[in-house]
Amino acid sequence: MADSIFRKLRDGGEEGELAPALTIEETVASPFALDVSCYLLANLSSSILAGKSKSEYILETLKFNLFLLHYRVFMKSSLLCRGLVLVTFSRSPSFYLQFLKQKGIVVSSSSKWIRVLDCYTDPLGWIDQPSTGVTEGPSLVKLNKCVSDLKRLFSSVIDAGREMVGDGKTRFSVAIDSVNELLRHSSMPLVSGLLTDLRSHAQVSSFFWSLNTDLHQEKVTNALEYISTMKANLEPFCPSPDGKRNALENLFLAHQDFGKGRFHVRFKLRKGRVRVMSEEYHVDQTGINLSPISSAESVIAATKSLIPKASYLVLSYLFAVKLCGLRLVVLLVQVHFNLQLSEKERVEKEKVVLPFEHQDHGKSTEIYDGRRTLADGKTEATPLSSGELQADVVSSGKGGEIIYFRDSDDEHPDSDEDPDDDLDI
Amino acid sequence: MDRSVNLLDLALGFDEPSPLRGKVVLIEDCVETSGSFVLHQMMKRVLSPHSSDALIFLAFARPFSHYDRVLRKLGCNLATQKTNNRLVFVDMLMMKCSDGDDNVSGVAKLFREIQGTVRKLGNVTNRNITVMVDDMSLLEIAATNSNSDHVLDFLHYCHTLTCESNCSLVTLNHEDIYSSMERPAYLLQMVCLADIVIKAEPLASGLANDVHGQLTVVNKGMISSKSGKGSSRNKLQNFQFRIKENGIEYFYPGCSRS
Repeated sequence: MADSIFRKLRDGGEEGELAPALTIEETVASPFALDVSCYLLANLSSSILAGKSKSEYILETLKFNLFLLHYRVFMKSSLLCRGLVLVTFSRSPSFYLQFLKQKGIVVSSSSKWIRVLDCYTDPLGWIDQPSTGVTEGPSLVKLNKCVSDLKRLFSSVIDAGREMVGDGKTRFSVAIDSVNELLRHSSMPLVSGLLTDLRSHAQVSSFFWSLNTDLHQEKVTNALEYISTMKANLEPFCPSPDGKRNALENLFLAHQDFGKGRFHVRFKLRKGRVRVMSEEYHVDQTGINLSPISSAESVIAATKSLIPKASYLVLSYLFAVKLCGLRLVVLLVQVHFNLQLSEKERVEKEKVVLPFEHQDHGKSTEIYDGRRTLADGKTEATPLSSGELQADVVSSGKGGEIIYFRDSDDEHPDSDEDPDDDLDI
Repeated sequence: MDRSVNLLDLALGFDEPSPLRGKVVLIEDCVETSGSFVLHQMMKRVLSPHSSDALIFLAFARPFSHYDRVLRKLGCNLATQKTNNRLVFVDMLMMKCSDGDDNVSGVAKLFREIQGTVRKLGNVTNRNITVMVDDMSLLEIAATNSNSDHVLDFLHYCHTLTCESNCSLVTLNHEDIYSSMERPAYLLQMVCLADIVIKAEPLASGLANDVHGQLTVVNKGMISSKSGKGSSRNKLQNFQFRIKENGIEYFYPGCSRS
């Protein structure tokens, strides 16, 4: 599942469309968005490094292929993501570079596939240094000293990307490690505008950011979710019973399950369909580990929540014949609903005992008319006098009964007759 | 096991050298159960004679004499540590900021002072520097006049010191001040920044003579860029404590000696 997120980010959007965007949502009780970001970062970096050499190889070998294929693959390879711009707000650039090194990806100042925009070290310009604003010149890490200026931030990201891939059709990915910091310095409309502008830029191939949902109003979270095409959500094993008010308490309620939980991903497909997938995560020293949910039923439940039931696809052919001269128009309609039960469902249905059915097997059906019969008198005396039997009945949980004695014979027995029949209205 | 290492030390990883290097620790307490004893114990650990670590202490709550008396009972002489340049005590009791941009410049100036001190103290090789703040809620009141953004900016800059100079940052905060707020963003931001959160609270079962409260230690850690560090990541430990005249006794629930 995490692989499908990665593939979507790696492949990017089609030409002329908005870049696919991912929001990684964490909470105070499951603060592992950084781990997910690092996972994606490492995979994207490997893919970019591998993709560069691969595309060069493709172009060489294509000389022997047909012109059409040549053209199509050339177009595809030119749309490949060739670089990554990482905007850091919550961790220093050295943290990420060290992390990549640990994963076997060495980044040097001469690397032409990654640029880091440092909004962490001095976001407000408090540190006395001669330079102001963004540091100039081509370098791996660029310092941004005014994070509240989002226009400058936008142009810095695009400039950093162009520095790597040039001005052509070649594209690059953008990652922001924490939108929370951005939202603390700027208003929601401005931040959302920045994200949309970056997504809609022709050279941005894909885009992801992380967000701690406990720190902002629900409106902010929802707005960012609408902007993104994918949402990855880290849910702890003990979710808040009464919403986000107890976000802090949840951290201390996690107990031994801290570091474990469910990883839900929601994809918004191009056709408008929404797909939800879930996995279990476990975070350890090496990072985040994802595994299928142990109970298969819960996966199905989560997956089916937003997908219409299509277990039985019934095709009904409606032939609407319209004669227009000599032309015959045939309409074929697909209907999604159940017309018949499966064998299992039928057996289950048979087992259900309906409340109004007579359930004493082998006994004649009698409608109670309010009077005691001789048989009633006999059966009634026995259970009341026998304490053991009564205890058995109570302990088995099947002894519920309504005891009713009619006060007098004046009361009419139940019947189908209308009791208001004699009223003179 | 070293007898001087108690349950809290173990939870913080003090069985290994410099476990808090580059980490942020948040101590949360409430009126019923003060968490300042945790701060005192950590001060003593940092200023241990077996290490060369240094401490920058920002005191918003109490004067130097208070800490000196408390630490003396724990077997640590703060005046001597000051003389040895292992303790820099910044008395912030008189800090007052007016409204407007002065707040920003006030906390920015404070950060620059800390940064300068860190650079000065960092000349000694293999020295870990710890910055302690007692307490953050008073800083918020003193510096921001109900606007917590400047304090969060200050905290962010202090956090950069943990990356830049491998400093440790230890802060104390009073949780119940924000209990009436629906979404205490300031408190939540602090929790998000922290690698280790220590919560001191009264016993859930009510007052007791021999147990003075309980501590919950959440070691969130972060994905490590340095191999081998942070083996206690994602651990949550819970134990109780009893405050004595010359120290604190920690024990698991139901294991009190008295």
